Amino acid sequence: MIRTPLRPLARILRARERGENPDEIEAENRRHRHEAIQDKARRRAEGRLIVMAGCFVLAFGTVGIRMGALANSQPTEPQAEVMSAQILSQRADITDRHGRVLATNLLTHSLYAHPHQMVDPVRAAKGLARIFPDLDEERLTRDFTGSRKFMWIKRKLSPEQMQAVHDIGEPGLLFGPREMRIYPNSHVASHILGGSGFGHEGVNSAEVLGVAGVEKAFDGWLRDPSNGGAPLQLSIDLTVQSAMEEVLHSGMKLMNAKGAAAILMEVETGEILAMVSLPDFDPNDRPRPLLKGDPSDSPLFNRAVQGQYELGSTFKIFPVAQALDLKLINPASGINTRTPMQIGKYRINDFHNYGAQLSATDVIVKSSNVGTVRIAQMLGVERQKNFLQRLGLFEPTPIEMVEAPTGKPLVPSRWPAVTSATVSFGHGLAASPLHLASAYATIANGGVRVTPTLIHGRRAAPGERVLSEGAAELAIGMLRQVVTRGTAKTAEVAGFEIAGKTGTADKPRPTGGYYKNKNVTTFASIFPASDPKYVLTVTLDEPSINNGGGEARTAGHTAVPIAAEIVRRLAPLIGLEPKTDEKLPSFAPRFQPRVEPVAEDEIKLVSNQ
Amino acid sequence: MRTLTSLACILVVMALAFWAYRENYRTQATISHMSQIQREIAVLREDLGVLRAEWAYLNRPERLRDLVGLNFERLQLIPAESGQSAGLGNIDYPKPPAPPEPVKEEQP
Repeated sequence: MIRTPLRPLARILRARERGENPDEIEAENRRHRHEAIQDKARRRAEGRLIVMAGCFVLAFGTVGIRMGALANSQPTEPQAEVMSAQILSQRADITDRHGRVLATNLLTHSLYAHPHQMVDPVRAAKGLARIFPDLDEERLTRDFTGSRKFMWIKRKLSPEQMQAVHDIGEPGLLFGPREMRIYPNSHVASHILGGSGFGHEGVNSAEVLGVAGVEKAFDGWLRDPSNGGAPLQLSIDLTVQSAMEEVLHSGMKLMNAKGAAAILMEVETGEILAMVSLPDFDPNDRPRPLLKGDPSDSPLFNRAVQGQYELGSTFKIFPVAQALDLKLINPASGINTRTPMQIGKYRINDFHNYGAQLSATDVIVKSSNVGTVRIAQMLGVERQKNFLQRLGLFEPTPIEMVEAPTGKPLVPSRWPAVTSATVSFGHGLAASPLHLASAYATIANGGVRVTPTLIHGRRAAPGERVLSEGAAELAIGMLRQVVTRGTAKTAEVAGFEIAGKTGTADKPRPTGGYYKNKNVTTFASIFPASDPKYVLTVTLDEPSINNGGGEARTAGHTAVPIAAEIVRRLAPLIGLEPKTDEKLPSFAPRFQPRVEPVAEDEIKLVSNQ
Repeated sequence: MRTLTSLACILVVMALAFWAYRENYRTQATISHMSQIQREIAVLREDLGVLRAEWAYLNRPERLRDLVGLNFERLQLIPAESGQSAGLGNIDYPKPPAPPEPVKEEQP
């Protein structure tokens, strides 16, 4: 670069000759030089700005393109998450209180057809009709050769059937994976479990939905993946349930009853150990509900929860217990039992004539209608109603089944004196056996309300007190005497101190009035009486037994022996030991026994987690 | 000096790029390995479910009852009755035999 001098000699000499100031030349040159420097600096700065702008454009362009790509692509979950979610998407199992499986899932396949992809539709139809005898070959041929593009053929296939369909070798027959609910114990606890069906059906999967019972009541819970696949643990004990079904079934056959129900409930927690309603069904192959006629004729009908029966004399203990609680009577008080008794234009009779007077205990022991009505009259309608309401006999039971609300007791709307009288001995108010069991459990629990539940280990708030502890104890004492010397003598099982009350009620006609020869017999019991642990109710629908001396239909001859047999059979299963006077000798251990250490948790049983 | 620094920078950038490239592929390999394992777990779980269902099915009370009936001759099983159990303290266990005393070597 040639540097121009600030004072070029030639110009200065010329300027001096003309008498001009040579400094101006220097100033001018200096200005030129500065301008040149400034231009250069500006160009450099501009260059930097362009680079910077380029960087920014690049950076923002990258971000923009990425955002555009994200916005335009299909959103997908991160891979790692998807896999575990896929594993958990099953419906949770249902187990009994010891973790034995009551309901679980199996993967099967469904079969569908794309007729337009078929090579030989006629042969495919023939092959399918051979594999599945219930399919109609002609109809299949018509469907396959018609204009249909898609059709379902079978919802569930066994692996053998699937292989057989494979062997047809028809590309238009396709399989879709399908989860299926199975109940390995078939009939056992069928009413409690309910059943399941398919909801939304797609080619790749189908929703499994509960249709009844616990399956439906806990449908959301069972399908909720946030539970980590934990099984739903019911309070049912599979062994107890199955043994009870067996005993009740043979008892029902023996008593020629058309239906039966039994409930075994833990007093302290209200947990139901076993609940049977006969006849029952197989939830794997749930029958269709009846469209006409009496719903109780269907095996789907759960007598224990949905049945609305007038439970007869089993109700007598309620006014008596209340009167004891209010100190209106004591067990020895004399009650006027002159029969018949006239209320308005109605007449109340006893089964036998018990004379002019019975003690309050004997009113229960001998099951006197008149005596109970007298006690109920001491209470008055309002107090009687209030007490029955607090026992939960006016509302449906809060049990965790969808059928529970349908078992709402039939409570009379008006309570004239005669209604109050009939309700006191269990007529005119129809409730389910489960209502009766919870009411008895309340008495057995020292008068603190017990809420029935089907869930094991559910912590419920303690119930309200409806009866004083003393009155509850006296009432249990009376019930105990019913078994030792009253109408339920056949229920005496040595060592178990059963306390209970029989009830024989005439069945109401649908047209009004009562049948003369159709009964519902009930036995509600508490055992052991000295330390109540369990409540057992047995209800038989239209039993009749011919025991030599003519036909017998009362509870004492029908429901009571069955209840005794159930206690005898179930006590060892629930770990209840009989109380005996026999003293077993006890020995001091002669050596320190070597106890095997608990096995290490080698295999942990998980459900679906 | 400046040349050396820029050379070092370039080398570091290349090394980092190489490392990032390798990490990326290793991560993808691990993810695919994991998803394979998870698929295996899913299959095993399914098998486990089938086995549990089968176990429950084979142990259903109805079948056990039938089996007990069929094998009554051999097993003679009847339903448990009350009074068949007793506490451990009520059983007089015999004292176990004392461990054999070590035999003394006889001196000739």
